Amino acid sequence: MNIPPLPVGSWFETLINWLTDHLEVFFDGIGTMVTAILDATEFILMFPHPLVLILIFTTLAWFAAKHGVAIFTLLGMLLIYNMGYWPATMETLSLVLASVLIALLLGVPLGIWSAKKPVVEKVMRPILDFMQTLPAFVYLIPAVLFFKLGPVPGVIATLIFSLPPAVRLTSLGIRQVPEEIREAAISFGSNPRQLLFKAELPVALPTIMAGVNQTIMLALSMVVISGMIGAGGLGNEVLKGITQLKIDVGFEAGISIVILAIFLDRVTQRLGRKSNNN
Amino acid sequence: MNIIEVRGLYKVFGKEPARVFPLLEQGLDKTSVLKKTGCAVGINNASFEISKGEIFVLMGLSGSGKSTVIRCLNRLINPTRGEILIDGQDIAKMDKSALLEVRRSKLSMVFQHFGLLPNRSVVRNVEYGLEVAGTNAEQRRERAINALELVGLKGYEQSLPNELSGGMQQRVGLARALASDPEVLLMDEAFSALDPLIRTQMQDELLELQARMHKTIVFITHDLDEALKLGDRIAIMKDGEIVQTGTPEEILTAPADDYVKRFVENVDRSKVITAGSVMRKARTIQLPKDGPRVAIRAMEKQGISSIFAIDSERRLQGLMRIDDAIKLERRGKSDLSSVLETDLYVASPETPIGELLVSAMNARYPITIQDDEGRLMGLLDRAIIIAEMYDEDEEASVTPLDEVLAEADDAAPETKEELI
Repeated sequence: MNIPPLPVGSWFETLINWLTDHLEVFFDGIGTMVTAILDATEFILMFPHPLVLILIFTTLAWFAAKHGVAIFTLLGMLLIYNMGYWPATMETLSLVLASVLIALLLGVPLGIWSAKKPVVEKVMRPILDFMQTLPAFVYLIPAVLFFKLGPVPGVIATLIFSLPPAVRLTSLGIRQVPEEIREAAISFGSNPRQLLFKAELPVALPTIMAGVNQTIMLALSMVVISGMIGAGGLGNEVLKGITQLKIDVGFEAGISIVILAIFLDRVTQRLGRKSNNN
Repeated sequence: MNIIEVRGLYKVFGKEPARVFPLLEQGLDKTSVLKKTGCAVGINNASFEISKGEIFVLMGLSGSGKSTVIRCLNRLINPTRGEILIDGQDIAKMDKSALLEVRRSKLSMVFQHFGLLPNRSVVRNVEYGLEVAGTNAEQRRERAINALELVGLKGYEQSLPNELSGGMQQRVGLARALASDPEVLLMDEAFSALDPLIRTQMQDELLELQARMHKTIVFITHDLDEALKLGDRIAIMKDGEIVQTGTPEEILTAPADDYVKRFVENVDRSKVITAGSVMRKARTIQLPKDGPRVAIRAMEKQGISSIFAIDSERRLQGLMRIDDAIKLERRGKSDLSSVLETDLYVASPETPIGELLVSAMNARYPITIQDDEGRLMGLLDRAIIIAEMYDEDEEASVTPLDEVLAEADDAAPETKEELI
């Protein structure tokens, strides 16, 4: 028997086309919102003098993480400044922050919801698996179709890619709260909101912070990829290095990404561990 | 006055609890109900009353439903059927806001694994109940600090729970339960996770606290010794049913069925049976009314060589020996008080007999049992103590010699046959 190949690809194409045709207003709305958030983060990061920001980041690392991390931050960021990649780095950071902000605003409530309702958990799990395992490049296509080129589709693609750990680890953290703590909170007269905000979320915070850390790291890796659709920042520089075979540009941009990644990772990781102790 | 009354309480876990009740009424047990309906019976028609100021112990093995019962009392678990009256209000029928109010003001709970919030300091853990009830910050801090002082944790206010030992963490749990000054404390295997020495110490401290605070305590345990030590009354649960309710001595001396009997078999009776319950009546003469002649006559009549002398209020004055009485009579004196033997051991009726054994062994005269006002209630000698410490069942471990010989004869031929 000869089964003709199923036109999965063209079905998907039809769906995307239908969505672009009929939901243009909706996507425009999202686009405007993302642009607003992006403008805000960009303004915060681009407005101060680089040296002031470097000092702020170093101080943050000094108090949030170990002193070694602070020294690394100071030297690393001075290097980025010195190599002339500061504006690109800040552009990348603002993309990361905007995506992470939106990812957490969506992901944490979704995580809480799925921890509370087993049905939601069941529906959410395959969707999250799909989001996380589909090759990152594939997101770029619908993102471009819905939101044209530029930083907005970059943020959207990054958002989709980095959302799963925020949902998963929030849900896990809340489900891991020992039953006796929950019972204690209820038996002392907590209403559902007090149970969530005074007992469950604080106890789950270390796990949620691990999710935040994961989300940030995934966002950073995706932001670089979204340089391919003109999102700008360090991704652009890396792309320039590849397409024009400029080894020096590619390497310098790469180093900048690594420095930024280590800074973000160490600081958020330490914050997670500290929240465990307070 | 009963502060808690539970009537006809059922808890059925599963999808169709309604199908279960007719089967239970037919007298089916838990396992066959589970097979027929797929529903697990957690509590099967439990009824009991708890009076104010009492320590009521619910005891049973794991799976007997005791934890389910205590969770129904504050509706951590919703009962399927039945009434739970606390101060006359039916908890089972309360709406959400009334239930919150009761949980915040009347009932509080202590958990087996403490249930403390790891991210909060000790004092903020203790404040929790007051905080959710909306008490202002200053007042709740003050009450939390008082509660911590009660349980002996002054100075640990700012520590985190995981910096404390298990015993101390449970004190925090206890302080948290006391902070809102509730009428009823629900203690779910509160000391089971602690090591034996700390456990005994916590039991003693709980009794001491209780003597001062007079709370009503519902205490859950699987440990009979703990139940006997703490409980004013004990309810024994099996398969979701309460099989017997009574004072520790009632449970020990009159077990309701074989299950309870097997439970209490291994109890250290010397710690539980009290002097008051096994003492013998003391023969007495009354001073100053009775003289030596009456004393001698009384002793001759009973065939004893000494007699206790009491005053008109039944207060013990001493012990009169027959030879002293005879000497007095010969000298013609009538005042007995000069020759009374006062080197006697005195105990209260609540003393466990095990504590009296050593004194009884050393004493020349029986131990006298007096109430709080010093009135003579009875006496106890080593023969009674030893007899009470060992159950009559233990006689079975002694076999008459001829039976042993007969058994040996029966066994011998078999071995021979095997050899051939």
